Amino acid sequence: MIDLKNIKNEFPIFQHQPNLVYLDSTATSLKPKIVIDKIREYYEEYSANVFRGIYPMSEKATIEFEETRNVVSKFINANKSEEIVFTRNATGSLNLLAYSLGRKIVEADDEIVTTIMEHHSNFVPWQVLANETGGAFKVIDIDEEGYLDLGVDNIKYQISNIKNTNQKLKILEQIITKKTKILTLTYVSNVLGTINPVKEIIKEAKKINPKIIVIVDAAQAVPHLKIDVQDLGADFIVFSSHKMLGPTGVGVLWGKEKILQEIYPFMYGGDMIDEVYIDRSTYKDPPHKFEAGTPAIGEIISFKEAINFLDKIGMGNIRKHERKITDLAINRLIDTFGQSIKIYGPKNIEDRGGIISFSFDKFHPHDIAQILADEGICVRAGHHCAMPLHTRLSVPATVRASFYVYNDEKDVVKLVTGLKKVRKILS
Amino acid sequence: MNIYQDIILDHYHHPHNQGKINKQDRSITVNNPLCGDKIEMTVNFEKNKVKEIKFQGEGCVISTASASMLTDYAKNKSKQELKKLDSKFIIKMLGIDLGMNRIKCAVLPLEALQKLLV
Repeated sequence: MIDLKNIKNEFPIFQHQPNLVYLDSTATSLKPKIVIDKIREYYEEYSANVFRGIYPMSEKATIEFEETRNVVSKFINANKSEEIVFTRNATGSLNLLAYSLGRKIVEADDEIVTTIMEHHSNFVPWQVLANETGGAFKVIDIDEEGYLDLGVDNIKYQISNIKNTNQKLKILEQIITKKTKILTLTYVSNVLGTINPVKEIIKEAKKINPKIIVIVDAAQAVPHLKIDVQDLGADFIVFSSHKMLGPTGVGVLWGKEKILQEIYPFMYGGDMIDEVYIDRSTYKDPPHKFEAGTPAIGEIISFKEAINFLDKIGMGNIRKHERKITDLAINRLIDTFGQSIKIYGPKNIEDRGGIISFSFDKFHPHDIAQILADEGICVRAGHHCAMPLHTRLSVPATVRASFYVYNDEKDVVKLVTGLKKVRKILS
Repeated sequence: MNIYQDIILDHYHHPHNQGKINKQDRSITVNNPLCGDKIEMTVNFEKNKVKEIKFQGEGCVISTASASMLTDYAKNKSKQELKKLDSKFIIKMLGIDLGMNRIKCAVLPLEALQKLLV
């Protein structure tokens, strides 16, 4: 068990920057010492390539590398570790799917469905795929509070076809049809914080079209919520190590083994090959089929330490902690600034992750972030790689504060104090 | 050094040359989609010189102050002179240390001006 009270001691960055108020874990998380130590261990003690050498050092690296696959597999309750593919990041996983799965199954007149609250990485690859294949690109709208605009018993959404950007052509119809090949959506919005009822949506979607492939962008979910892929019912989920206390350069693609076998490889080259002849090649089975070239070995090896660390805190405790801090922050912000602060996303804290995006008076988000930065407070300003969502909200940019295991009440107090200073300087 | 100096804030709260010239020789709108800043600049020339110049739009403190100061500077200057201006000039004009992320805000008005001179 790791106690959240003294958890800052586990993160060396707080020794270097004792006054750091880090409220940007949605962009990337801080790293505990145990993760950093493990990377150093690889580079200092057995920095060989994997799957190659017969010598002991390479075997050690390979065992450590594959052990991470097992740890990831257990963490999300995958059927077997062969369903875990390592990529560069969640973006890499989604692009892999758009290529390997998308180009395999989407044809002209097919439909791809996503939502207006997606990160660009789960929007643009599908938009491009639809344009290339002549398929329809349907986008599920949100309601005024930032929930997906779902019908009551049926999946009826506000949709827009990307080929007709004319707003008047927006029509309401049943968005999931027999022609829908792919439904891809985020578990937790990186701007609104909305926790989507993904399990229920998948169930409904598969009722309408049992052949539909459902992809879940879980980059903002796996670090914060207990995820069980077998219970969820998706065909693929993607997430990133660096948002869950792990190193950068490591992404995960989980997929059902059968589909992983059927779809195209993504990149060709070393490690993914079975046999190569002048005129043809055969490929390894998943996951190696998708892991061409030397991977981020040290980073993947140390990623398991991040997962073990999260496990020791307990995902339930993490969720509880974030819910408490988020609730506190929302209440303090509203109590202090009233009408001049506008917080986007669900009001019900049960439906919101540890993410608060807001507008403050008429102040520009960049100025707010800059003045907070001068106070040692790290927040994000901009459209957070979700431009269609910001267009939908009719704001070019917002300020985003997000919370993780190392944030506490003091951080919330400093944020409020910082915003008072913003008001003083800019009014 | 804090970038929110009094002189910068003064230009932000009371921008010079704000608005739009109705009978303008040229007009241009530039924007920075990343932060949503948008500047419309209008100009009247007399022979080869800027006679009148105005700007309007939405922007942060830095882009607004930069537009205010730059339009002040541009008046009665020749096109040739103004074409030479670069980001170094803007930083010097503002007199503050800008991180790499905020330079984009500062040079947006310059981008508008340069496009008007073409």
